[in-house]
Amino acid sequence: MIEFRQVTKRYDSDHTALRQVNFGLERGELAFLTGHSGAGKSTLLKLIMVMERPSAGAVVVGGQVLNRLPRRQIPYIRRHIGVVFQNHQLLFDRTVFDNVAMPLEVMGASPRDTGRRVRAALDKVGLLQKEKMNPMQLSGGEQQRVGIARAVVNKPPVLLADEPTGNLDPALSADIMNLFGQFSQVGVTVLIATHDIALINEMGRRTLKLDHGRLVTGGASVIGGGANGR
Amino acid sequence: MAADPRKKSQPARGANKARSPWREQAESYFTHHRKVAEDSARRLWRNPVASLMTWTVMGVALALPVALLLLLTSLQGVSAGWESGARVTAYIELDVPLERARVLGNDIAGDGRVAGVELVDRDQALAEFRASSGLEDALDYLEDNPLPHTLLITPEEGARSTEGVEGLVRFIEGMEGVERVQVDLGWLQRLNAMTDLLARAVWALAILLAAAVVLVIGNTVRLSIESRRDEILVAKLVGGTDSFVRRPFLYTGAWFGLGGGIVALILLQLSLWWLSGPIERLAGLYRSDFSLDGLQFDGALALIIVAMLLGWLGAWVAVKRHLDDMEPGDIAGGG
Repeated sequence: MIEFRQVTKRYDSDHTALRQVNFGLERGELAFLTGHSGAGKSTLLKLIMVMERPSAGAVVVGGQVLNRLPRRQIPYIRRHIGVVFQNHQLLFDRTVFDNVAMPLEVMGASPRDTGRRVRAALDKVGLLQKEKMNPMQLSGGEQQRVGIARAVVNKPPVLLADEPTGNLDPALSADIMNLFGQFSQVGVTVLIATHDIALINEMGRRTLKLDHGRLVTGGASVIGGGANGR
Repeated sequence: MAADPRKKSQPARGANKARSPWREQAESYFTHHRKVAEDSARRLWRNPVASLMTWTVMGVALALPVALLLLLTSLQGVSAGWESGARVTAYIELDVPLERARVLGNDIAGDGRVAGVELVDRDQALAEFRASSGLEDALDYLEDNPLPHTLLITPEEGARSTEGVEGLVRFIEGMEGVERVQVDLGWLQRLNAMTDLLARAVWALAILLAAAVVLVIGNTVRLSIESRRDEILVAKLVGGTDSFVRRPFLYTGAWFGLGGGIVALILLQLSLWWLSGPIERLAGLYRSDFSLDGLQFDGALALIIVAMLLGWLGAWVAVKRHLDDMEPGDIAGGG
């Protein structure tokens, strides 16, 4: 589903964020992405979302090489990638429902469809009763779950998360991770960037570790092979 | 910016949802347009003072050139009226007898471009001159009547343009026995030249003010883009196309234009009402039927449409400059 082939990302002559990164993630696979600050985790996620383009190598998502994707095609790729952020990026000028509905609105879904899918997503994260509230009235964990509902409302085949548990206590973190696990079980490819070593150890999933832009563990072994991150 | 709604639903792969039939797509596209239009209008209402200020600036900038154009149109009407009063005077050579002058007059009257010819014989002319000039004593010293027979020629309606009258003058000048033809076109030409100049000045002013309107709206929309930055970034993040993200701001521009056009109409109507008294009095003094006409319904409609287009254009400039560059990259955060 996601494949990096010899990907290098250089910002300018003396700053190289990623060096010849190779890995592949299968459909339904859940993996962690870890490494020190500035190791290149965010850059890697941005490359998948076409916020950045690689300097060399190829990024392939869903069989499509993103390197030469025309600018106007980018939105259509992003509709297939759900993203969850540490600071969840919710909009406080609208209700929980409207926040979650945004990816559908962008796609031009009909109102009937939108209502049905938003409620399904909110139900999944256990916030169905709070659809009419403003996200500001919710707790940190609830806000994060609204962010997750928004990321999965249009059933994307790929789900990315950048420090999704950064601000949450361990119990809430475990909850969130459970959710991600459920998504991977229904075939969603999930990639979670995190610092939280304890959490990673507890989950026992495949871990991609970046060090100064190099992928030091969990990488190339998968290329061409099956899912071995289980 | 391709904005065909029906093309939107076809992305790459891993397609996860059944494609809805095009009718439903079109329906939700229009629903979305209406929602965006209503939403941007509501946002303007929510800041009535700021919106009203923008509308007023735009209204003044639009009303000024339109007022000048109206004035110009009225002036051109007046000069056309005066032109119709143009008369050609032909002085017959001194030694031509009255009979011959009468024949000349008939010849000229036979021309298609001439509506009427009046013959003033030299004795009559001298008597009129004596009566009107106050030079009786001086005239008494003259042995002969120095004045020639004169033909006063009124051109036909179709020949009353500057060119038509000039052609007529050349024709009469070419006749035997005609000494000199005089037509007072000079001032008419000067007036025409002046209205032409004024027209160009007004158009130049209109273009400058239109540019100002575009910039004002552009700047206002830029501020509104800044204040909705988060929303734009999230929309782009979840796969909003450029035209999706632009749409609310383009509507905002058009609504600014609508408000500005209405303010301009009100300003025009007010100043017309305020000026109509003095203009009537002035026109009365000149015995002219000059009147300053306001905008008719179609003119008002055109003004509002132009205003909305200008607002839309201003928004488009702002959107082009500030929106397309916005990329959600910076919210993806550190690590």
